[in-house]
Amino acid sequence: MPTLKTLNVGDQATVSHIDGADAIAMRLMEMGLFEGESIRFVGKAPLGDPLEFEICGCKISLRSSETERVHITS
Amino acid sequence: MSNSASAESAENPGVESNLPASQLTFALIGNPNTGKSTLFNALAGMKARVGNYPGVTVEKKVGNFQYQNHKIELIDLPGTYSLSPRTADEMVSVRVLLGSQEQTEIPDAAICIVDATHLQRHLYLLCQLLGLGLPTILVLNMWDEVQKQKLEIDVKKLEQRLGIPVVAACARSGLGVPELKEKMIALIANHQSTDKSKRNHLELFPENFQLARAEISKIIQEKTGQQIPEYLAERLLLDINGETEREVLKGNEAVAEILRLKREELKQNGCPIPAIEPRVRYGWAREMLGGIIQQPELPVEQRGDYLDRWLTHRIWGPAVFAVIMLLMFQAIYTWAGPLMDGIEIIQDAISRLITGAMSPGALRSLLTDGIVGGVGSVVVFLPQILILFLFIAILEDCGYMSRAAFLMDRIMTKVGLSGKAFVPMISSFACAVPGIMAARTIEDRKERFVTILVAPLMSCSARLPVYLLMINAFIPQQSIFGGFVSLQAFVLFCFYLLGVLVAIPVAWILKKTWFKGEVAPFVMELPNFKWPSFRVVFYRVWDRGRSFLKQAGTLIFLTTIIVWAAGYFPGDRTELNQVMAQLESENLSKEDTAREVLQERSRELSSQLLNDSFLGTAGHFIEPVVEPLGWDWRIGMGAIASFPAREVIIGTLGTIYSLGGDVNEEDTGLMAKMHSARKADGTPVYNVPVALSVMVFFALCAQCGATLMVMRQETNSWKWPLFSFTYMTTLAYLGAWTTYQIGIAILPTV
Repeated sequence: MPTLKTLNVGDQATVSHIDGADAIAMRLMEMGLFEGESIRFVGKAPLGDPLEFEICGCKISLRSSETERVHITS
Repeated sequence: MSNSASAESAENPGVESNLPASQLTFALIGNPNTGKSTLFNALAGMKARVGNYPGVTVEKKVGNFQYQNHKIELIDLPGTYSLSPRTADEMVSVRVLLGSQEQTEIPDAAICIVDATHLQRHLYLLCQLLGLGLPTILVLNMWDEVQKQKLEIDVKKLEQRLGIPVVAACARSGLGVPELKEKMIALIANHQSTDKSKRNHLELFPENFQLARAEISKIIQEKTGQQIPEYLAERLLLDINGETEREVLKGNEAVAEILRLKREELKQNGCPIPAIEPRVRYGWAREMLGGIIQQPELPVEQRGDYLDRWLTHRIWGPAVFAVIMLLMFQAIYTWAGPLMDGIEIIQDAISRLITGAMSPGALRSLLTDGIVGGVGSVVVFLPQILILFLFIAILEDCGYMSRAAFLMDRIMTKVGLSGKAFVPMISSFACAVPGIMAARTIEDRKERFVTILVAPLMSCSARLPVYLLMINAFIPQQSIFGGFVSLQAFVLFCFYLLGVLVAIPVAWILKKTWFKGEVAPFVMELPNFKWPSFRVVFYRVWDRGRSFLKQAGTLIFLTTIIVWAAGYFPGDRTELNQVMAQLESENLSKEDTAREVLQERSRELSSQLLNDSFLGTAGHFIEPVVEPLGWDWRIGMGAIASFPAREVIIGTLGTIYSLGGDVNEEDTGLMAKMHSARKADGTPVYNVPVALSVMVFFALCAQCGATLMVMRQETNSWKWPLFSFTYMTTLAYLGAWTTYQIGIAILPTV
């Protein structure tokens, strides 16, 4: 299953689910990364990490290690 | 749409008249970056009582205002994305809302402020709030943005669906604030008849979850004897390893096991923990917002997107960041100059006035040398500090600060920290005390501790006076890099960089030794860019300036008096006072040889008296230790006296050189006095290597009582402040030594 990590800059996708039940998973969900939400990969920081996404009209930043946990459907 | 929102308020006339004129308490809650503080100020003005909740360092901010005949108390809760407490600090907000927080009564109602342009995500917090059962008002803030983006939000329909009052507002301009006040009173009037314990709360969870929640409540009561509110039972089930578990279970393994089994059972029955919560809450938010928001066909070109592309660009991003930082330090010099000169002129005038009106003696010395001289030489730096904070406030308010964290994250991960640690670090450039407290937003304990221990290395505002004094006095006024940048500004920039460069290996070592472990996560909002609001920026600058002056007025003032006394006593000053009185008598002309003899005598006497004073004794005692740094006993003495706060060194030096007879009487200002200071052998006390060595010492030392106290509070142990003081003093000494030794080797002696 593709994850956010497999996206290219500018791509749009739909969140399907997030691995894990820890505080990070909860924080991701609270920030709007939840099943059915559309997410867009806006860009990368100058050193390649972290990554900027747009979800629910908000821009958020995630590390590429965290993006592996977010499963998507294109 | 704004019309329908404001017209709506007219439908509730005169409800408030039934209310008894008692004090009403409202809690204000919202996500970060929603304009919550601005709304707080718009409602309660700039006078807020600020304190701490007992046991934690969450800021307790309470404001009061009068509306019609009602006294209203407004409690500002820390900005949060959710009411799922992960830490003791996040628990405070939940406790305040539940009425179980010490020293705080249960609020009569809550005001939930949301960003109207990001309604869906922000309704998550509202949804949890409604689960608590408090009467609630929803404020749709940033209404100006809604109009700019040509969004249409049906406020009236939303109000009907939610069943709570909704106000469209723009806290920055004050739009909707009168309507909010009116609705606050009307809300209380409507709920007056309902018993607080019988309030309805929003229920969204499936039946099996509700049953499990009730069961957990019962088990907790049976096993631990605590009667917990329904909301906390809900949190116990939902927050795996959350703060509720820690506080309610207190390590009770039997109950923890029951909780684990319950969660497993729920999972088997289609109620996965914790995913069930976002599922029901976002489901609810979508349902509430369905058909409420009309977006224009073609999305309006997002200015933020365009800006972001440049500001986080591979090359332009870091370049812009560096330019902004350099510009900031350049501005501190060019804009503050005239203001500083003005303050110095006033200070001189006051001193002269006192000297003219009084005869020489202890009281006159205390007034001119202790009070005016000491405090004055700290206050003179206020313009520069205000300009620095003006920059910081603007960068924060326009949304650039989080981009800086975004840019810096990769570098921060190299030392085991995250971009989140960058914000406490940036705050520490203003003052390590709020910086260390800001580290509380870092969930990971290890990262938090490392940040706390490294934050005091950032160049805080208390170092700025030291840098400015030394740079203004000893770094030549010339341009470098083709005349574009002044050498003075460049040196200042380098000293700000020094703290950062030293912090990197220190953090790295700490992460490799005491705080081994994985790098903490980095989920951060990048708020939309906006024009900074004058009100918000003004309030922040005012706030910081006031607190700096308060510090200068109390702690520094006291220390100055103590230092003055330590330099004045013991000693017999009868002869010196006689000589000074003679000098000031009018019948001596300037060319008089008798005058010169008297001046010489007064210098000798002053010098001898300071040498024999308590301070002089201490300075001489440590002279062998500070000599390799290029310092004489006076600077060593200043370093001792500045233990409570770094900026005290300025007052100390000011006092020392006013008291000491070894400076030319015609000199005005501390800088000139430092330039003309001579050692016993006639060579200058200060030259460029000495100035740099002093600056390096003060850049790296832990001469700040407040920082060490806050550190103790945040780590709940004396071990870490003691550790910090030791490692920083060692670094400072080694740094100053290296600087001086290299300095005298490569720089021509002045």
